[in-house]
Amino acid sequence: MNFFQIISEIEKVDPEVYDRLDSRRSVFKHMSGLGQKLSAAALPLAVGAIFNKVYAQTPVGAGVNDVLNFALKLEYLESYFYNSRGTVTGLSTQNTAALALIATDEANHVTFLRSVLGANAIAAPATTGVFDYTAKGTFPTALTSGATYLAIAQAFEDTGVRAYKGAAPLVMANKTVLTAALNIHSVEARHASHIRAMRRAGATSTTPAQGVAVSPYTSAPKSWISGNDGGGPVPGTTDAIYGAGNNTNAPTGITFDSEANTTQGGVALSGTTITAGAAFPSSAFSEAFDEGLDVGTVAKIANLFSVSGNYFG
Amino acid sequence: MSTTPNSDLLVQEPQIEQPLYTPIKRRSFFMYAGATAGATALVLAGCSKSDSSPGTVNVGSGDAGVLNYAYALEQLEAAFYTQLRTGSYYTGSTITAAEKSILDDLYYHEVIHRDFFRAAISAAGATPIKALTPNFSAIDFSSRTSVLGAAKAFEDLGVAAYNGAGQYITSPTYLYIAGKIVSVEARHAAIIRDLNADNTFVGNDIITLTSGSNSSVATNNSPANSSLERSMSPSEVVAIANNYLADGSKLDASSLR
Repeated sequence: MNFFQIISEIEKVDPEVYDRLDSRRSVFKHMSGLGQKLSAAALPLAVGAIFNKVYAQTPVGAGVNDVLNFALKLEYLESYFYNSRGTVTGLSTQNTAALALIATDEANHVTFLRSVLGANAIAAPATTGVFDYTAKGTFPTALTSGATYLAIAQAFEDTGVRAYKGAAPLVMANKTVLTAALNIHSVEARHASHIRAMRRAGATSTTPAQGVAVSPYTSAPKSWISGNDGGGPVPGTTDAIYGAGNNTNAPTGITFDSEANTTQGGVALSGTTITAGAAFPSSAFSEAFDEGLDVGTVAKIANLFSVSGNYFG
Repeated sequence: MSTTPNSDLLVQEPQIEQPLYTPIKRRSFFMYAGATAGATALVLAGCSKSDSSPGTVNVGSGDAGVLNYAYALEQLEAAFYTQLRTGSYYTGSTITAAEKSILDDLYYHEVIHRDFFRAAISAAGATPIKALTPNFSAIDFSSRTSVLGAAKAFEDLGVAAYNGAGQYITSPTYLYIAGKIVSVEARHAAIIRDLNADNTFVGNDIITLTSGSNSSVATNNSPANSSLERSMSPSEVVAIANNYLADGSKLDASSLR
């Protein structure tokens, strides 16, 4: 990386580069301020960032706040759910401890998203009267039975993973927001994996990582989503969490397929296209890729737990 | 499907073969050198050819570079689980049914990821990097501790790598596909960490709990108590991955930025 070479290259095609940079954005003033704080090793990154700012044509921020506020609503749904775990019985000590870890993460995500949104953040929902974890009576033991509680937790985490994934292309013009969203997305996936392990071994198990999955993965799921997971933890109610989304307003080149999808980027994954794949179980080809969901479908799922029925829009 | 910002430019302005070296009206230059494409090309223009060390495998730049970077890491993971399944810990009598089934699935998934990238890179009109030769001499495939420790290192590294490289992808399609894979890697990482030590699926070593991020990822903004994954820059990832690659297969991801 040679900084002067860059400027020289720009000058060849844009003789007025210095004027442009100086008069329009005062970029060199900006740069000299930065330079005092940056090591030589960090300079290339800083230069790239500055030029991205100067030359970017995509409006940054359009719609991003809406996406982040929607994510914030989902984090509140999760955070209040984990904060309500005190009434749940039938969990091993290990599993109780795991839920405390997850509760901390979700509360941290709420705080972080609020800090990113600043004055644009939605008002915090009331801790009572906004969310109904029984889903209007569908899960009467939501906050009392360990098994039911973990089933709902899995539903929330898997939905969260799909929601962040589907939203990533919507915020990609803002690299800072994108990286933060990805960094939350993978943490939700870690949670989902652990909750699935807890369900696999049983709510009272003291060795939650040692459970063995059984087909069709409703009561003893794998740590990853296998096909459509037989409709999820509560088939008939949670099917939409593993189903296809709505492609009406999907970004170009993106489709919200069901979790059973086995064609990725035009590449069909099967025993004949994958090395030694003939010996793989057919479930592996869908398990290897998670799928995203559009905001509308996520809202529909989350609204099952909204007292008003439309908190998520 | 375009593979690099430069090829976009060529498609739109076919008469211009060397946009960085051909003097043109500045207005038209900035008209089509839109968004980050122009900036990325300019930053790349600042790199002399000698940036690549001899004997290393350069993953390249642009979206094709990110795909090859991912392909390299998936090759490493696939090779690890392939070798693991011939090792005496896996074939022995002490491994539990749960561990065996998890390690089987991880092997399937990583081989699928590897072969997917090779096909996707070719389909995009780019050239996949060569088949890398791993060096797993530091791993004792007869030892549960060694095997699961290495698996944890690879899975956590994969998650951090995908998260850190997302910002370099310009195509929404590829970003979305990377997202589809990284969450599976995170699911892997969580259960492997739990097999290493229960309830370590999250922890301050991989997410920002008690301390903020100190990664050089340019767009990281992860304070303490935010519970964000500690994503890593390509150079940070490659420094670790190269410990498991033979001479001649060591990676150079310095063009990804």
